[in-house]
Amino acid sequence: MTCGVFLHSLPKDRRQTLAKVSLEADVLRGSGEWTVFHLHAVEQSLSNLSWPGTGTVQIDMHDVSALDTAGAWLLHRTAFQLTQTGLSVFIKGLSPKAQTLYEYVSRRGGVPGQLPKAVRPGPIERIGRSGIEELNKNIGLLAFIGETAATAAPLLLSPLRVRWQMVLRELGEAGYKALPIVGMLAFLLGVVIAYQGGDQLRLYGANIFIADLVGLSMLRELAPLIAAIIVAGRTGSAYTAQIGTMKVTDEIDALRTMAITPIEWLVIPKLIALVIALPLLTVYADIMGIFGGMVMANVMLGLSMPTFLDRLVEAVSLQSYLTGLGKAPVFAIIIAMVGCFQGFQVAGSAESVGRQTTISVVQSIFWVIVIDALFSVAFSQLGL
Amino acid sequence: MLAGTSNNKLVVEVKEMTTRFGDKLVHDRINLNVCRGEILAIVGGSGSGKSTLLREMVMLQKPTSGSVRVLGEDATGLADAPALALRRRIGVLFQYGALFGGLTVLQNVAAPLREHTQLSHALIDEIAMMKLRLTGLSPDTGALFPSQLSGGMRKRAALSRAIALDPELLFLDEPTSGLDPVTADALDELVLQLKASLGLTIVIVTHDIDSLWRVADRAVLLGDSCILAAGTVAEIVQSKDSRIISFFQGPRGRAARGIV
Ligand SMILES: Nc1ncnc2c1ncn2[C@@H]1O[C@H](COP(=O)(O)OP(=O)(O)OP(=O)(O)O)[C@@H](O)[C@H]1O
Ligand SMILES: [Mg+2]
Repeated sequence: MTCGVFLHSLPKDRRQTLAKVSLEADVLRGSGEWTVFHLHAVEQSLSNLSWPGTGTVQIDMHDVSALDTAGAWLLHRTAFQLTQTGLSVFIKGLSPKAQTLYEYVSRRGGVPGQLPKAVRPGPIERIGRSGIEELNKNIGLLAFIGETAATAAPLLLSPLRVRWQMVLRELGEAGYKALPIVGMLAFLLGVVIAYQGGDQLRLYGANIFIADLVGLSMLRELAPLIAAIIVAGRTGSAYTAQIGTMKVTDEIDALRTMAITPIEWLVIPKLIALVIALPLLTVYADIMGIFGGMVMANVMLGLSMPTFLDRLVEAVSLQSYLTGLGKAPVFAIIIAMVGCFQGFQVAGSAESVGRQTTISVVQSIFWVIVIDALFSVAFSQLGL
Repeated sequence: MLAGTSNNKLVVEVKEMTTRFGDKLVHDRINLNVCRGEILAIVGGSGSGKSTLLREMVMLQKPTSGSVRVLGEDATGLADAPALALRRRIGVLFQYGALFGGLTVLQNVAAPLREHTQLSHALIDEIAMMKLRLTGLSPDTGALFPSQLSGGMRKRAALSRAIALDPELLFLDEPTSGLDPVTADALDELVLQLKASLGLTIVIVTHDIDSLWRVADRAVLLGDSCILAAGTVAEIVQSKDSRIISFFQGPRGRAARGIV
């Protein structure tokens, strides 16, 4: 139901709601409510009419009971198209009010058929463009890392200039609040490893080696990895969304105009917080993972906890533990850098925030795993 | 037809409405009516609760107590389906535009037409284009994204979207703020034209005293959580209340009336 000009005070039952047109000889008769919700019938019939080749067409709007701007536009467009084909058009039967509306719309509404052209590049151009875009993005990431390093370097000399209050807040968000989920998943991972490995070890009567299995795999590989993946999903995405939204609402530009470098204000505290938080989370994941394995070894293989721990100390060298832990700060840097960089890549709309957040999570997990693989290769080459 | 509401002269009825945010009392038992076919201006200082009142009238927010009737329906406790039907008859221009950032300007205006009518895409695009023209935007603007627009262009694009479905009741939150005088005049003309030729009812929140004199049939002045004054603009400015005097008798208010 729209508002329109009701042209006649016909009794309600005689008023036709359905908008219609019919062409008899050279008179086009409109009827019903020519309003936006009812107009589709008129549009369809208009396209099926066979117009006379020459002469004059009269458009009789006398039976039209309501007209709104959409209806007036359709009338204007029809008259315009007919005039283009060489016919002369004569509109009659409009009430004074409808006449003003029609004149207003045709005077101010522009020429029918004029739409802004969407420029759509050809396939080759699109391939080229997306290739260059990707390249620029990767160069951009490197440039961003460089810029952050250049901002961070002077801060190392004067640590008081770091915004420690923000660092603390980020630590709470990224570290403390992640404890439950990291702890639970690491525990379950320990349980799963002990469960899968225990079955095999029992076959050979090598129950005690469950401590080697759980200890080495958790401390060297899995705990750092699971902590990093959770942090990438939880915190990296939050960094992108926060910075991206600030970009959309011009807050980043506001910072710049206040002579505050966005990197110093937003990125450095996050980076420091994550470099502290992720190793701590990794230690926590180590403990919970081993605990999970120990519980499972006890339940499944009947290995008592003291025995398990004795064996663990023998099996896992300090070096193995540190190689695992040493990866955590590197992962933290990757996650913080990718998360913040993708936030700055946001342009314009809320949709773009969503898109960059997805990219941020996928990219940081990708790089964490790639770097982890590189570490493994490097460590084995070095004989660590 | 409108289920008996078409004869009803009152389009919006606000009765004894109170709004609180926590301890803050924004509206204290206010009463307000909007008649069919009139342009009602809501004026008042910053933070006096104009936007909040508007949000309550378009069913985005529930008042703490009291009733709001819009187009004959009780807007405070409407089920989902009737609320949808009611909303199709209402157009809203938000104070900050609220254009969809992921769509071009033309797609923004075409969006309600695509959702609610069965017209062909070509005609919908043309109608959307016509609405852009009516608010004074050039055709090229249609292809831009909202983030590429100036503040005033954004406002006009948002107005085009608000009138996309030719609503019978239109709410405008500060349509002329941030516009240059020429565009502001054109917008006032558009508002008057919509009213004259379509019989629209328009509720308009404004700080622009020029525009107030030009378009408003009636105005209400909000302040101190109450309605300080209601009536034609000429009546309101006659008031002896010091709060009203300070609102209208400053240099700007006097200039708008041609008193220097
Ligand atoms: N969601 C909210 N929570 C708490 N307080 C609010 C909320 N929305 C508005 N307010 C308060 O209600 C009061 C009225 O706000 P409102 O936005 O309606 O003002 P306004 O009259 O539109 O002002 P302006 O002319 O500046 O736009 C303000 O004091 C504001 O702080
Ligand atoms: Mg407001």
